[in-house]
Amino acid sequence: MRAAMARKPRMLRVIGALLWKDLLSELRGRALLAALVVFALLTVVVFNYALDLERTVRASVGAGVLWVTIVFTATLALNRVFAAEREHALHEGLLLAPVERLAIYFGKLLSGFLFVLLVAVVVVPVFALLYDLPVARPLNLAVLLLGTLGYLLPGTLLAALAAHARAREVLLPVLLFPVAMPVILSAVRASQEVLAGSAWVRIAPAFNLLVASDIIFLALAVLLFDQLVDA
Amino acid sequence: MQRNVGLQILSVGSGLLLLAALYLVFVYAPLEAVMGAVQRVFYFHVAAGWVGALAFLVAFVAGLLHLRRGSLLADRVALCSSEIGLVFISMNIVSGAIWARPIWNTWWTWDPRLTTATISWLLYAAYLLLRQGIEDPQRRGRFAAVYGVIAFASVPLTFAAIRIFRSIHPVVIGAGAPGAKGSFDMTPAMRDTLLFSLLAFTVLYGALLWHRLRLERLSERVAQLRLRILQA
Repeated sequence: MRAAMARKPRMLRVIGALLWKDLLSELRGRALLAALVVFALLTVVVFNYALDLERTVRASVGAGVLWVTIVFTATLALNRVFAAEREHALHEGLLLAPVERLAIYFGKLLSGFLFVLLVAVVVVPVFALLYDLPVARPLNLAVLLLGTLGYLLPGTLLAALAAHARAREVLLPVLLFPVAMPVILSAVRASQEVLAGSAWVRIAPAFNLLVASDIIFLALAVLLFDQLVDA
Repeated sequence: MQRNVGLQILSVGSGLLLLAALYLVFVYAPLEAVMGAVQRVFYFHVAAGWVGALAFLVAFVAGLLHLRRGSLLADRVALCSSEIGLVFISMNIVSGAIWARPIWNTWWTWDPRLTTATISWLLYAAYLLLRQGIEDPQRRGRFAAVYGVIAFASVPLTFAAIRIFRSIHPVVIGAGAPGAKGSFDMTPAMRDTLLFSLLAFTVLYGALLWHRLRLERLSERVAQLRLRILQA
């Protein structure tokens, strides 16, 4: 009992340390964040020309563009999440450290989340401007947060998994897209309804499913991550 | 390698069952009044979908067993069953599209069942790609099992997500959606044909799984022998 209580703040400290390490190495010139922002902006601009954005369909198509942008950006970020560890053989170092395995997962999850959010802070306002959509509605911001988190929850787990495979940069989206389908679908649906100004009854099914998917993927990650870093 | 009598009986038996099922489908089952002959695809379409789902369920349980006990046999079952499931889901999707063309007037629609089948197909294709990408057999088994568990858990969520959009797929067993197109009421002969097809396909699945497991075991032994010869 006492051991469990002592472990809790320790785990938070480890998560914080991992998050800080990733931020620090980004600040010292890994230039991932800048590349991600430019990539996301490019996606938004390209879709603007690829799709015919008439006034009547703008809410539904716009929500799709927003989510494709976020999902692509998050996938690129996830590809880099374990890259530094692998390239400098730090993975073994992390595993040898006497810390909870789950702390590694949550540290990586939060640093991925933070990176995507930092990109979103730049790109979402630009998107709102170019597509003339009310993305700043509180409910839509909640959908953005929950959807991004829901994508990164299985994403971080699968990134750890793909890190040991051949052709890992291609393999990760191939593994992740079909798994994250419920998150992507319900997030797009919820955003569509919010952006179109629907009542809560029409938003609720997608929104609730998004929350449920987040919880289920969180539980699966907690149960399964140990299996990936053992041995 | 001595002859495997049980496997031979099962192979021949599943072949005979399939022939009998073909007879039932094309001769015994009555012609459906509205849709005509194309409705006969229904029996094998449902049976293939059932075997696909069963195979993925078996792979999921085997993956869990492998994670808990580290059993190598369980890992082999997970691999073989996923492969077979992928083949049968492909048959299910293709036969469905052939039926949908005259009945729905389109090869494809993004209905919950169709989309869920497609996503399952993609999930297990990804599962096999992952297995190919990992060299170390122990890690391969463990990682594949982890992915198998996540993949299996996400399928019902995907189904629920797409159902928020709407469905035109007929529900022949149980109550159908009011907007479903191509629904029909089964006569007793149709029901018997469906049940028999399900049985025949399930036995076929058992035979294929056994063959595939045996092949996997043999190829592992070949790899071991080659290693021993190279070392000698």
